[in-house]
Amino acid sequence: MAPLDDLYREIILDHYRTPRNRGELPTPPAHRVEGFNPLCGDEVTLYLELRDGRLADLKMTGRGCSISQASASLMGAAVKGKSLEEVEAALERFRRLMTVTETRLDDGGEPEPLDVRSLGELAALAGVVKFPVRIKCAMLAWTTLAQGLDEAAADAP
Amino acid sequence: MSSFNPTRVRADVPLLHRQVHGRPIAYLDSASSTLPPRAVIEAMDRYYERHHANVHRGVYQTAEEATADYEGARAAVARYINAPGGAEEVVFTKNTTESFNLLARSWGASRLSPGDVVVVTEMEHHANVVPWFQLRDSHGVEVRFIPVGDDYRLDLSHVDQLLEGAKLLSVTGMSNVLGTRNDLAALARLAHDHGALFAVDGAQSVAHGSTDVARDGIDFLAFSGHKMLGPTGIGVFFARRSLLEAMPPFLGGGGMIADVRTDGFTPATGVARFEAGTPPIAEAVGLHAAIRYLEGLGPDAVEAHERELTRDALERLEGDFDGRVRVVGPRDVVDRGGVLSLDVEGVHPHDVAQVLDQHGVCVRPGHHCAKPLMHRFGLAATARASFGPYSLTRDTDALIEGLGHALSLFA
Ligand SMILES: Cc1ncc(COP(=O)(O)O)c(C=O)c1O
Repeated sequence: MAPLDDLYREIILDHYRTPRNRGELPTPPAHRVEGFNPLCGDEVTLYLELRDGRLADLKMTGRGCSISQASASLMGAAVKGKSLEEVEAALERFRRLMTVTETRLDDGGEPEPLDVRSLGELAALAGVVKFPVRIKCAMLAWTTLAQGLDEAAADAP
Repeated sequence: MSSFNPTRVRADVPLLHRQVHGRPIAYLDSASSTLPPRAVIEAMDRYYERHHANVHRGVYQTAEEATADYEGARAAVARYINAPGGAEEVVFTKNTTESFNLLARSWGASRLSPGDVVVVTEMEHHANVVPWFQLRDSHGVEVRFIPVGDDYRLDLSHVDQLLEGAKLLSVTGMSNVLGTRNDLAALARLAHDHGALFAVDGAQSVAHGSTDVARDGIDFLAFSGHKMLGPTGIGVFFARRSLLEAMPPFLGGGGMIADVRTDGFTPATGVARFEAGTPPIAEAVGLHAAIRYLEGLGPDAVEAHERELTRDALERLEGDFDGRVRVVGPRDVVDRGGVLSLDVEGVHPHDVAQVLDQHGVCVRPGHHCAKPLMHRFGLAATARASFGPYSLTRDTDALIEGLGHALSLFA
């Protein structure tokens, strides 16, 4: 098992202690979506405001473990204001980051071939994959975002 | 006088000899599952190496041996819980959960009508809640909850009202979240005074003290082998004989029939009626060995040992961290078992457990399958440490050290 520092990087602790983009947005125009992790009781609620093909604004509330809440905060910082294509691309990169491959489990090695630099601060979550039970926690905000974008697209006139 | 010696018990449990992350394991998750002593593992090995055959079928030597082993385990269970009607009152199931489903689907579905009342408590495990809600949805029974007070004990101030019209009162012997032990004899009297039967979830209570269904007036009892030093895959459903005899089968198939024709079937009589298919034979053998082992330790000695560990841990948890670690459960050790649900200020239970893991400490984060209770206290989760007969003060030492680390990491 990897050392604890791989999981609790300073950036993660910082986003946990001081989460970004906390709060609510009026619905409508924002779309509200909730995500739960029933096993440990993590919760995330996202408010997504889509305008002109962009995720123009985003706020969130929630409670749960450091990994779920820091991942939500890091996600918000990474996707707010981005075009929907960029948001989708970030989602896809993050999914790949959280995918357990055999070699990665064996040697605890780096998440190749993904270019970690393209992830910016999100790369701090790369260590989560070495703690497979916690992947669900890290994924919560992201799966909730994907669901919210789908719902918002379905609602769009 | 029992010769109970926790250090010796620890030596008997192979898993406690391993290390995790370079440290001796401090196993504090016995409420989830206990660790089997060598005697249990060896009994199961011996069974597979020398006696295995299907039961109640062959007439050859090993089949007779396997059947004797399986039925011997049933007799041991009956003795252990002091079943007044003996082995004919003991049904083997998969676990506590299946035992409650058997109770609800067989006794409940055949005996209860729309509007009939089943009373449980706010501190029940989902195993003693969900089957009753399923019965509510299928049969229209009403489910009522005895509340839990701020002292983490059952609030019986309105119990007479709650029990009015009740056909069953079903209560845990010991809460797997709070550690609270319930006064089963008193609750049985209450139930019977109101014309209700009395069921007990013994999952936590059977391994950490004595259980006596005759003394306490228990009509139905459910528990799991893996929480009493035995193997997974086997559980027990006890019912008083007159009740069991009137219950229809739950699962259908081989082994539970007297006759099958092209126009229908006739169920077997006795406990066989409830044991469809090949039962967990090796697991029954393991459970038998676990019971012998527990009897050798002495249930009262085990309870006293765990009470001392709990008293010490309560004191240190509350004293060492300036109130930043709160124990969700009774403060005193009267009518309380060795389960410590922790709420650590500023640190989510999941993170508490993760940091503790690095110290070799095994605790369980989560809602512990007791969501009504968690709602009652406004908690999403706790980190739960729980003792077993093999626990020692040095496990608490490791817990305290790990909690200090968690608090400083997230400060
Ligand atoms: C009080 C209580 N009841 C029921 C259960 C369920 O036991 P099992 O999972 O063995 O069916 C448990 C264990 O988690 C428990 O603690």
